Amino acid sequence: MNKLIISPSPHVHSGDSVWKNMRNVIIALVPAYLAGLYFFGLGALIISFTAMLSCVVFEYLIQRYLIKGSTSITDGSALLTGLLLSFNLPSNLPVWIVIIGSLVAIGIAKMSFGGLGNNPFNPALVGRVFLLISFPAQMTSWPKPIPFNPAYLDAVTAATPLAILKGQFSEIPSTLNLFFGNMGGSMGEVSALALLIGFVYLLIRKTISWHIPISILLTVFIFTGILHLVNRELFSVSPLFHLLTGGLMLGAIFMATDYVTSPMNPRGMLIFGFGIGIITVVIRVFGSYPEGVSFAILIMNAFTPLINTLVKPKRFGEAKKA
Amino acid sequence: MNTIIFSILTLLVISGISSVILFFISRKFQVFEDQNIQEIESVLPAANCGGCGYPSCHGFALACVNAENLENLVCTVGGLPTMKKVAHILGKDSNIIHPTVAVIHCGGNCDLRPRINQYDGVGSCAIAHNLYGGETGCTWGCLGLGDCEVSCKFDALHINPETRLPEIDEEKCTSCNACVIACPKLIIELRNKGLKSRRIFVNCVNKDKGEEIQSSCNVACIGCGKCVEECAFDAILMANNLAYIDSNKCTLCRKCVAVCPTHAILEINFPTKRVKE
Amino acid sequence: MKTFKMGGIHLKEYKFSAGIQIQTASIPQQAIIPLGHYLGGPSLPVVQKGDKVKVGQMIGQASGFVSANVHASVSGVVNRIDVHLDASGYKVPSVFIDVHGDEWLETIDKSAEIKRECTLSSAEIIKRITDYGIVGLGGATFPTHVKLLPPPGKKANVLIVNGVECEPYLTCDHQLMIEKGEEILVGVTILMKAIDVKQAIVGIENNKKDAIALMQKLAKTFVGIEILPLQVQYPQGGEKQLIDATIGRQVPTGTLPIEVEAVVQNVATVFAVYEAVQKNKPLFERIVTITGKSLKNHGNFLARLGTPLANIVEQAGGVPEDTGKIVAGGPMMGRALSSLEVTVAKGTSGVLFIPTLEAARKNMQNCIRCTKCVVTCPMGLEPFLLMSQSERSMWTEMENERVMDCIECGCCSFACPSNRPLLDHIRYGKSTVGKIIRTRQAKK
Repeated sequence: MNKLIISPSPHVHSGDSVWKNMRNVIIALVPAYLAGLYFFGLGALIISFTAMLSCVVFEYLIQRYLIKGSTSITDGSALLTGLLLSFNLPSNLPVWIVIIGSLVAIGIAKMSFGGLGNNPFNPALVGRVFLLISFPAQMTSWPKPIPFNPAYLDAVTAATPLAILKGQFSEIPSTLNLFFGNMGGSMGEVSALALLIGFVYLLIRKTISWHIPISILLTVFIFTGILHLVNRELFSVSPLFHLLTGGLMLGAIFMATDYVTSPMNPRGMLIFGFGIGIITVVIRVFGSYPEGVSFAILIMNAFTPLINTLVKPKRFGEAKKA
Repeated sequence: MNTIIFSILTLLVISGISSVILFFISRKFQVFEDQNIQEIESVLPAANCGGCGYPSCHGFALACVNAENLENLVCTVGGLPTMKKVAHILGKDSNIIHPTVAVIHCGGNCDLRPRINQYDGVGSCAIAHNLYGGETGCTWGCLGLGDCEVSCKFDALHINPETRLPEIDEEKCTSCNACVIACPKLIIELRNKGLKSRRIFVNCVNKDKGEEIQSSCNVACIGCGKCVEECAFDAILMANNLAYIDSNKCTLCRKCVAVCPTHAILEINFPTKRVKE
Repeated sequence: MKTFKMGGIHLKEYKFSAGIQIQTASIPQQAIIPLGHYLGGPSLPVVQKGDKVKVGQMIGQASGFVSANVHASVSGVVNRIDVHLDASGYKVPSVFIDVHGDEWLETIDKSAEIKRECTLSSAEIIKRITDYGIVGLGGATFPTHVKLLPPPGKKANVLIVNGVECEPYLTCDHQLMIEKGEEILVGVTILMKAIDVKQAIVGIENNKKDAIALMQKLAKTFVGIEILPLQVQYPQGGEKQLIDATIGRQVPTGTLPIEVEAVVQNVATVFAVYEAVQKNKPLFERIVTITGKSLKNHGNFLARLGTPLANIVEQAGGVPEDTGKIVAGGPMMGRALSSLEVTVAKGTSGVLFIPTLEAARKNMQNCIRCTKCVVTCPMGLEPFLLMSQSERSMWTEMENERVMDCIECGCCSFACPSNRPLLDHIRYGKSTVGKIIRTRQAKK
């Protein structure tokens, strides 16, 4: 028999790993991915593969040759960042722009802070916002949803529902269409149904808790509801419209719940979600951008360390006696 | 063109006004400190190691200025040359300092003290010590996980990967006491550097009975007492099965080294004895 | 089904030795009885080399209020008083007895008849418990009489009996309830009398349905005892969690259960109380579960204190070939042993053999801030933060973050997907902060 191993308790482990959590999120994204492939066809396929591959490659290159340490590409976080980045981009974006987005997401937003666990901002969103500001024209030409669209760069474009709202263009799609995803938008954000299926999967697997998504969606619903009730002419659309359009569902379920950049206890998570909801509505309704979720999440990411310091979890013994 | 000239002029004026304001403010709010404090600080090594017992070199300088005499004030890093300079600045007598160096009281390397289990916890001596007695049969000896190495700011202490014991670089050791505090097993001690930097000490801290410890380590002190008998200067104390050499009484005659049956007493920086015919 | 409200994890139970009748472990040739406990001061020996001792004779005296007497578990001649390795990984003072025969003190009642009537008064009961060296047999080994003598102004109104055994693999308490259920309930009534309460609740985890059924049937013949099935969740058996689950009260930070008017005792301790009060028998033997995935004969053994674990393991089929770690206790809170020459002590609830493949830890990665440690912590702490602070020696901050509330259950390290050694650092921080607090209180 070999020498006995001595270490402190506990002597068993759940078997959980970073890869298992990333894998669960990737599986939860599958319905939205299929919806994206259906509505945006070839373009969706190209940008998602480009983003995933380039993120993994950049992480490997930076860790191996720049930092000269061990690589952690097998933990799945770079793959997930790439997938989520592509979900936030229009499906007719040229490949070279997608690659730049991956480089910013992995190289600047993640690696320069020390790798997984040390980044203050959501890497996929940093990549997306960087592209939005650097290539505003390409980033705001949204392909029209055509089932299994074989066209990529020359896909027919149309305004998104939120853009329609901002510019008072033609009519807004029906609520059912908004729910299933038959509207213009980023590759992964259109189908509320698919995203909600993913949400349920994540809750069952206990990968995320309900606090952040529900508080974001509720805040947006209530805030826009109040505005709608107060002034029906100025705020003509229902709160349900706001929930189903833009990147809100995707942001609330998959982007804001990123482990590293969100608060560490339920009370803090509710505050975080509330903040994101308020900022999103303010940008959408009063700001000049049609969409505000990415910015809202990034702004609240900056507040996460403060929330962690000020808001502590409920301690044992705080509850009143029975 | 006008815009450029106008901008430059504006900035120059702003910076001019700011400098004047800053000048007056720095004069008005200047902290007056005894000149000597700054002078002393400039001759100190600026390591801020706390070896003198004061927080930072500034704290030590303050203490020197306020003290009546320099008897108990020693900068261990700078040593005698630095204290002489400090004494010169203050016009006081410098104290007599015995140079000291850190010494490891454990000789149980992997060959002489076999490992009987494998430690798989966090690689810190403090945490391992909190858990159990160690990877060998001797629960007093060095754990080899390097808390002392981490604590040394002067690059003087390194764990030898083959023997798994710490080794002290005499030239770099400043006797700042950091490693003594860091070791949870209290194996490290600051001992006087004798003539030509020589020293003799018992290379063990084991307090178990002789018969027990022999199975765990070949170079342990078994408390047999032969060294105490041999020492003509009464310099060796025996307590709890462990011998300890008092460096104030030790004359470095090396007789104890020769009689120790387990070779637990170590002599450093001596020439090798010629074998008698 | 009732359970504690905060944190907790679900573990695979691996109760291989459940339902296996208690066997008697063979008496060794030399018993090495440790004089120290983990909690409280070590006892002082009252015998010396050459003394003849009988089973049940006192060989160690308590050294203070929070300490306990130690009794001989074998009869024979004292070989020596010396240090010997125990589960703490250090050598502690122990009494070595060469065994001759198995002669018990005449005062001990060896019959198996169950005595239900207790004729002693409350003060006499507590004195008996104190004299006979009864300590918490759930693993904490806290001297029982200290719990039964609350400080002035505090009184209990409920007795909670811990029949939970939430650690995987261990079945000693379960089997004790099956075989000695009635004796345990008599012990409960004795303790109720000792602390003057009218209500007792026995909490049993729902994976021991036979024990629950049996105890419920027996409890009908007693007054004031309720058998409460509890949800299977770790650490249901933690003192504070058990009080929360059974009576819904949460013990405030820094205080003891008596603050919420509850006293908690393990079933094995209660059984020892029965034997002490009704059979005049001091504590010198206990049940030890020998278990593990690769072990040949799992079992629950009634072993005398001081029996080298190697002896009992032989009876259980010997050490499995693929053993990487030997743990005294359960896998979540037990201590890894460096050798089987360690002997049975009052707190040894089991010996677990973990195969090498499972025993080695995986490499640590960065904290991904997944909050699993916060979610599973039953005390509402933030383990990731405590580990960070411990690494940077931030002791004041750790004290403010309530590190002393930590019950060292191990849920955080268990759940961490990055394999971070959270509990190692927190435990070290706890011991350092504890020393700082004690120094501060001593100065006052």
